[in-house]
Amino acid sequence: MTSSQPINLQQAASADTAKVPSWKQNSDEPFLRIENITKKFGEFTAVDNISLDIYKNELFCLLGGSGSGKSTLLRMLAGFEAPTSGRILIDGIDMAGIQPWKRPVNMMFQSYALFPHLSVADNVAFGLKREGVGRSETKQRVEKMLDMVQLGHLGKRKPHQLSGGQRQRVALARALIKRPKLLLLDEPLGALDKKLREETQFELINIQEELGVTFVVVTHDQEEAMTLSTRIGVMNHGVIVQTDEPHDVYEYPNSRFVAEFIGSVNLFEGEVIEDEPDTVRIKSEEAGATLYINHGISCAPNQIVHVALRPEKIKISHEKPEQDENCIHGVIEEIAYMGSLSVFKVRLASGKEVRVTQPNFNRHMGERFTWDDKVFLSWDVDSSVVLTS
Amino acid sequence: MSTTSRLPWINESSSLMTKYNFMRRINWGRFSVVGVPMLWLGIFFFVPFLVVFKISLAETAIAVPPYTSLFEMDWEEAYINIKLNLGNYLYLFEDAFYLDAYLSSIKIAAVSTFFTLLVAFPIAYMIARADGPKRGLLLALVILPFWTSFLLRVYAWMGFLKKNGIVNEFLLSMGIIDQPLTLLQTDFAVYIGIVYTYLPFMVLPLYSALEKLDMTLLEAAEDLGCRPFQSFFLITLPLAIPGVVAGCLLVFIPAVGEFVIPALLGGSDTLMIGRVLWDEFFLNRDWPMASAVAIVMLVVLVLPIMLIRNGQGKEEAI
Repeated sequence: MTSSQPINLQQAASADTAKVPSWKQNSDEPFLRIENITKKFGEFTAVDNISLDIYKNELFCLLGGSGSGKSTLLRMLAGFEAPTSGRILIDGIDMAGIQPWKRPVNMMFQSYALFPHLSVADNVAFGLKREGVGRSETKQRVEKMLDMVQLGHLGKRKPHQLSGGQRQRVALARALIKRPKLLLLDEPLGALDKKLREETQFELINIQEELGVTFVVVTHDQEEAMTLSTRIGVMNHGVIVQTDEPHDVYEYPNSRFVAEFIGSVNLFEGEVIEDEPDTVRIKSEEAGATLYINHGISCAPNQIVHVALRPEKIKISHEKPEQDENCIHGVIEEIAYMGSLSVFKVRLASGKEVRVTQPNFNRHMGERFTWDDKVFLSWDVDSSVVLTS
Repeated sequence: MSTTSRLPWINESSSLMTKYNFMRRINWGRFSVVGVPMLWLGIFFFVPFLVVFKISLAETAIAVPPYTSLFEMDWEEAYINIKLNLGNYLYLFEDAFYLDAYLSSIKIAAVSTFFTLLVAFPIAYMIARADGPKRGLLLALVILPFWTSFLLRVYAWMGFLKKNGIVNEFLLSMGIIDQPLTLLQTDFAVYIGIVYTYLPFMVLPLYSALEKLDMTLLEAAEDLGCRPFQSFFLITLPLAIPGVVAGCLLVFIPAVGEFVIPALLGGSDTLMIGRVLWDEFFLNRDWPMASAVAIVMLVVLVLPIMLIRNGQGKEEAI
């Protein structure tokens, strides 16, 4: 569990080449076009009428829980499953009826699926040999690829003699050696421990930028999705609920599902009592106050909505803050000190529990809070989001 | 570690280490577990083997048992006369009949093993790919023939293969042949008998090797440009090799010494070492010769198998 917003490596990496990304320009042709794809297994609909455009050099993450259909979608891109209906176009070519071994796509499997009877070098060379690439060229390309994933010295080993992180690199090298137009990665960092995972994230992004391959990553780990991707598609029950850049998915979730799935969030149920272009007032019994949001929504009057508020957007204080709007009070019930930040659970008069995180700016924790303190919680008018669904 | 550590748990652990080493040196539990089967093998395999070996060095005699003693002891003259007769072994190599019998046995066993593998592989593959309950049923069906007597099943094949047997009747009625084929008492019938009888011994080890095969490996192979038949030869088959070796040994070894199947299904010209052994023992009552045949057969079989095993062990160590 983490409540800190992960830094986005993509944005950090490409900050110097600030330009309008392809998915915001309507002119660019999508590299991968998914059109109304549906996949049914008997009565069960795994993927339900998904349409999605992914552009060249993107690192697109399909994020969802187990059974959300993300892996099925990936397997359809690789050609292991045929869609029940709909079309997949890669670089403008319809993939219908094209077998996995003929697609310009390679996949890195969650279990890595390294061939246990072949050495690391032979595993990596496998794809080239099937293509009929000459012996000397194969050798050269394998060496180069192994050097790139920093395994140049381990070519003769068998997969079972490698550590988890090394196997992951072999799998990546094997999937990249045929220079696919599209690389599919199924939970690429899932089997690595936290430290290794962070290092590998950077490497993945560097490799992706260096080779200019389009990546589609499937993951259930929201932090992984946030740090890696240019865009995230959040999936639930076979449907993509929201497609946006990581920042927007986090700050502007479009539904309660997305808000709760990514990071942690406080949700206040309330009734819209005023809805104008630049302000909304929501009367919330749960919060015990009227909540103000400085952006308009379009909804019926008196509609029941939810106000989503991230824990780190809330200020906590003993004294009543000067602002009147968006200020509620409660009692500290639990405190968790997590080093870089502290998490408070504050019980409101309505019985609602609010989660608040505060960065620990200085060593002596500034204003000290302890159990059973009466505290005020306040936030800015632009900190929260109104969710109608 | 000569200096005493200030940290108590370090001393603690080192004393634990010595205790552990001590326990390892006399591991009675392990000894008893390994000891029981070793004792069993010693009494019921190694001792009888020595007895057979001893008999093979004797000469035939009209006596009970029908061979001479190796040791002659004369207490008055105070000597022990040990008489080892290597004639049986020499005769084995002199008479081409025995060499032919060995070669023919090995040929018949090898051919049958090959065909057993061909038949068993698809069966094992299918069972390994079947899902839960179906898999159990198919496995049970493979083992089911063991529930009836082996002899009965071989006799049943006689019924199938004889001149007016089911196979001939069927082919005649279909108009495929005009004359009944001679199927029984041929090498062909022996092959059929061995393949049929030993099929489960091939299917089971193949199944256990194929069952462990991770299906995503085949997907990975396809993803990297393999057509299904290529991925079979590049992935499935190499990973099934341990099962293939185990199955082939389980079929080949007993097939070389097979007696019942060639006796019942084979013709008079089907030469197999099991039959030679039987004849030496019961018709000629030449126990020493029969023993020599048995010992040589063991050497012929054991040596290559030990070489194979050794090679496998080395490969795993790399």
